[in-house]
Amino acid sequence: MSVVEAKVPAGFVPVYTRPKSLSEKRFTYCPGCHHGIITRLVAEAIDELGIQERTVGIAPVGCAVFLYEFFRCDFAQAAHGRACAVATGIKRANPDLIVFTYQGDGDLAAIGAAETIHAANRGENITVIFVNNQIYGMTGGEMAPTTLPGMRTVTTPEGRDVRITGYPLRMSEMLAQLDGPAYITRQAVFDVRHVQMARKAIVKAFKNQIEGKGFSLVEIVAACPTNLHIPPVEASRWVTEQALKYFPLGDLKVRD
Amino acid sequence: MKVLMRGNEAMAEAAIRAGCRCYFCYPITPQGELVEYMARHLPRHGGVFLQAESEVAAINMVYGAAAAGARTMTSSSSPGISLKMEGISYLAGARLPAVIVNVMRAGPGLGNIAPAQGDYFQATKGGGHGDYRLIVLAPSTVQEAAELVMLAFDLSDRYRVPAMILADGMLGQMMEPVELPEPILPQMIPPKPWALTGAKDRAPNVVSSFDLDPYRFREILRALWEIYREIERNEVRWEEYETGDAELVLVAYGTMGRICRTVVRQARREGLRVGLFRPITLWPFPSEPLRELSHRVPVLLTVELSAGQMWEDVRLAVEGRAKTPFYGELGGVVPTPDEILSEVKRYVRG
Amino acid sequence: METGIVFAGFGGQGILLAGKVLARAAMEEGFEVTWLPSYGPEMRGGTANCTVVIADEPVGSPIVDTPWILVAMNGPSLERFSPRVAKGGLIIVNASLVSQKVERADVRILLIPLNDIAQELGEPRCANMVALGATVRGLGLFSLDPVLVAMEEELGTRGREKLVEVNRQALLRGYSFLNALR
Ligand SMILES: Cc1ncc(C[n+]2csc(CCOP(=O)(O)OP(=O)(O)O)c2C)c(N)n1
Ligand code: SF4
Ligand SMILES: [Mg+2]
Repeated sequence: MSVVEAKVPAGFVPVYTRPKSLSEKRFTYCPGCHHGIITRLVAEAIDELGIQERTVGIAPVGCAVFLYEFFRCDFAQAAHGRACAVATGIKRANPDLIVFTYQGDGDLAAIGAAETIHAANRGENITVIFVNNQIYGMTGGEMAPTTLPGMRTVTTPEGRDVRITGYPLRMSEMLAQLDGPAYITRQAVFDVRHVQMARKAIVKAFKNQIEGKGFSLVEIVAACPTNLHIPPVEASRWVTEQALKYFPLGDLKVRD
Repeated sequence: MKVLMRGNEAMAEAAIRAGCRCYFCYPITPQGELVEYMARHLPRHGGVFLQAESEVAAINMVYGAAAAGARTMTSSSSPGISLKMEGISYLAGARLPAVIVNVMRAGPGLGNIAPAQGDYFQATKGGGHGDYRLIVLAPSTVQEAAELVMLAFDLSDRYRVPAMILADGMLGQMMEPVELPEPILPQMIPPKPWALTGAKDRAPNVVSSFDLDPYRFREILRALWEIYREIERNEVRWEEYETGDAELVLVAYGTMGRICRTVVRQARREGLRVGLFRPITLWPFPSEPLRELSHRVPVLLTVELSAGQMWEDVRLAVEGRAKTPFYGELGGVVPTPDEILSEVKRYVRG
Repeated sequence: METGIVFAGFGGQGILLAGKVLARAAMEEGFEVTWLPSYGPEMRGGTANCTVVIADEPVGSPIVDTPWILVAMNGPSLERFSPRVAKGGLIIVNASLVSQKVERADVRILLIPLNDIAQELGEPRCANMVALGATVRGLGLFSLDPVLVAMEEELGTRGREKLVEVNRQALLRGYSFLNALR
């Protein structure tokens, strides 16, 4: 489906338009899903830095798998969890490219934990956008490594029992311990102020790469209203009241 | 009593009834309901349900549980099964019994989640490395899926060879009436003196597939292949439908097998002498009965949801004695009975 | 005999449940039956559909190209599936939500204000059972009794007597609606 841009009447200045680096394709995310906001923020950052024509994205396996249809830049679709390895290959083959991955918490922190840690440890000069929605969205709401204690998912029908399945994995804190990464930060998009902060962080993560500073990762604590089985507004509240308890916001590592 | 169940759920319930008490998984469509069913039911039977961090971890948890002597299972769909292949090779090498369910979807790569049969080679020819075989069972109804899961546990334990259920997205997702098999009694599970239970009053047991001495390793593999030959002698299973007077026999397994049954009925109604040969064990492949058939049936038309994989085994069995054409669909497209029937009509006339 | 029925609509309209209740009733009546849902991210687009095949011989394909009955709970479903309905078949259209006309002269068409009836019954979610009632009548293979039983079993009885009662009313209303057509 194509999106019709509203005609701007004479004398009016458009302040909210579709980022240049996004295609006409309508997002396939559910209504109220935070992926939609985050995807747009990435496009805005690419526009702002004027790097669309030399940017290559890596689409994960997860609800963001269709990213290559949403963006107007080159894209590779990676095997589940392997985005950081694919990004490494692309960046090493052609260091002039700006390479970013966009991954969910299952993709990045479960099956892809090894690739992520080692790319970070090598200080791979790439940008990683990490959408932590505490669930496997695409496959229908199974437990993720980031799922909160007591949270009901289809694979933890009685609520996540930390004695059986462990604790929410704080990937960013772990990565911040390494010497390799240049920038590790945790952001959110549940209100306008935080959206603006997340946007700044994403721009910085790309700028780092342009300046050759090395591995930069922006984690965004997000909500999946569909699998939380609550309306979008409540889902945002759920982020602030529940998720942020385990995933406090802020910079975890900044190397200048 | 018959109950209405999804293929995925029936396989999960059958595993529990077969005494499976350790199940390890990683979510993937279209087998999600199997995972969810196990999450809800296995703990109530005192079993272990654990969602691993990846398929690689899940199959190695199976390796561990099998080594400890438990009846254990994992399930996934094509991309996840690829990741399990290393572990499956290790299971085969270490002679550990385990059941692996593959609810196939279309590949290669991420492909899509529609039903397909493109993993036949991977399942039957050794998707992992080395000289090994898996027992591969291909159900075509929900009822058969439940029964074959029970059988897979038995065969796997009896021969100490891992067994795979090769189903597909359609069978996993669809509901059908099923008469669930009776649960087994714990004493029906054969003793496992090789299991790692603690070396008390006996010499230590070692579970391993490692041997640096080629001559010694050769003997281990020769013994393994003796067992494979025994399985080939004893465990071949297939179904024939209306093959008695057939001029053309469709060769198809799993979902394609059931669809071809409809084709046979339609063809017969139109006076065409068409039958069906449906392999139930894909390994060991029913080569002998197929060879028999090829002496009296001029055309054996293989139909698969792939570009032609089982087709190779059909041709090997027939060795040119009959015509062996192929008809298949790719990418998750399922052909209709009508489409197959018009293909049939290229070879037989009423 | 092999009859295909397609239920299609938005996610949340109880499409899969209606199909399951029908399949269960058919099973209890001794028929061979399959039920196949649409699955995966396809459902994310907000649509859902399922196919039920009822037969007197083992069912081959659970996918049907030419369903005998289509229940279209919304406009997009009608557009997508109505061209495929078998000649002489039946299309049950949710007149509460669908305004477009069905461009087929070779099938029977039944317009039922499913949501309005559900609203009247005081339970908006039971529109699916109104549709199922009409489907069972259109099908003519068995009476409503096994369907009422199957519905009760699917919904689970404990603490849900009221819900079961409303759904019973809904099935009856749908079943009697087809009189208009006969
Ligand atoms: C090897 C492999 N295993 C499993 C899957 C199935 N799968 C698809 S998406 C997904 C998880 C998605 O969760 P997440 O990464 O958190 O992304 P979200 O959808 O929540 O954004 C899984 C397990 C797959 N495609 N490949
Ligand atoms: S399932 Fe969840 S994460 Fe996926 S698009 Fe829907 S709301 Fe977003
Ligand atoms: Mg997620």
